Amino acid sequence: MFPPSGSARKSALAERGYGRSVTEKQQPSAPVTDPDSASASQVDINAEIAAIAKGYDPETAPETQPRLDYAPYRSSLLRHPTKALQHADPETIERYTPVFGQRDIGAAEADLTIQAGGEPVGERIVVTGRVLDGEGRPVRHQLVEIWQANAAGRYIHLRDQHPAPIDPNFTGVGRTITDGDGRYTFTTIKPGPYPWKNHHNAWRPAHIHFSLFGTDFTQRLVTQMYFPGDPLFALDPIYQSVLDPVARDRLVATYDHDVTQHEWATGYRWDIVLTGSHPTPTEEN
Amino acid sequence: MRELAPTPGQTVGPFFGYALPYAGGSDLVPTSHPGAIRLHGTVYDGAGEPIPDALIEIWQADENGTVPRAPGSRSRDGWTFTGFGRVAVDPVGHYSFTTVRPGPTEAGRAPFFAVTVFARGLLHRLLTRAYLPLDAAVTDPFLSSLPEDRRSTLMARPDEQGLVFDIRLQGDHETVFLSYGDA
Repeated sequence: MFPPSGSARKSALAERGYGRSVTEKQQPSAPVTDPDSASASQVDINAEIAAIAKGYDPETAPETQPRLDYAPYRSSLLRHPTKALQHADPETIERYTPVFGQRDIGAAEADLTIQAGGEPVGERIVVTGRVLDGEGRPVRHQLVEIWQANAAGRYIHLRDQHPAPIDPNFTGVGRTITDGDGRYTFTTIKPGPYPWKNHHNAWRPAHIHFSLFGTDFTQRLVTQMYFPGDPLFALDPIYQSVLDPVARDRLVATYDHDVTQHEWATGYRWDIVLTGSHPTPTEEN
Repeated sequence: MRELAPTPGQTVGPFFGYALPYAGGSDLVPTSHPGAIRLHGTVYDGAGEPIPDALIEIWQADENGTVPRAPGSRSRDGWTFTGFGRVAVDPVGHYSFTTVRPGPTEAGRAPFFAVTVFARGLLHRLLTRAYLPLDAAVTDPFLSSLPEDRRSTLMARPDEQGLVFDIRLQGDHETVFLSYGDA
């Protein structure tokens, strides 16, 4: 039942085309862009992260979003636009957003611990919070989707082949619709950190992926929620791609004992603010 | 009221495939719909290579220019046009939707599909527009404000089944990506 050893698995994956180079057409001087090359050390990555952080000036040019061009995250090298985003005034369709309702989700999809025949292994947690717009107004009756690794740091995904066990009782996928106050609540298992191939001995801090819709299509957001005090924060180029430390901290949930449930689950609170304030004609609905 | 600062985006990562795509996500209408067209294309990186792990979403008006207000994009009933589609690209970076041409939502503006791009390696989603081939009678103020070589990246081109809209994240013909005055 256990996966084969790391080296045997790696050669099996190579035969299936995993880890194949995507850099063959690169100029010799180009930086390494193979996401699976893992050629840099953590020390190298730390130095790159520090150098970029040193050049960030929160006073004159504050940033609230990740840098798209962030070389310590190697996969971004060929996947970031080099031209500035073009300003556009939102047009009618963009000032609306798709409507989702209870028919779009399953009844039990907000509880990731009851989706299979048995109980998943790990630390049961409740994650709750509100989805708000920039003026603090709740985003009501809107779809929230999450996905995550299991307690061992393994995703149910073919590309995730690192030797940690799959939990047959945990898919790691959840969905819900916010209530009239913009609130969502998931019951799940605390995900484990997991290795990836950005650089040698690279590990992602534990996180839950979130997908959110606002009242306007321009507010569409996919992000990641982290757990407080993770020792991997300083080492992770995806987390560090948000250069502003205050903005970065908005990705971290708060432990909340009022969310914790007696003899059942520990609790985390994480509010999500979507960009801007966008009153739309749908509000009277 | 004081503006709350937005929660930053983060990459969709490589493992969204079992979570975000869903059955019927690419089919806003059945192929048997009398107005059905295909909207498809390929997502490319800065080396001109197809990106095999991107996710594309579209949001659009119906054929009459009406903005859909019905739920059910994740559980389509085959009859209600909900205006939203989501599909992961295939191993060669290609995506394909079955939909209808969006009608104009107001006079004097060219109709388009609102498009969102997510990918491993892309730290924050990108927003763009796939415009229908232009009606000579319409002079769209936004499109007119762009130089021709940039404007052309937003124009879907007709093919036998409908429309082709390729997306280039980087490079000489990099797609115009949009911001709306927000961070």
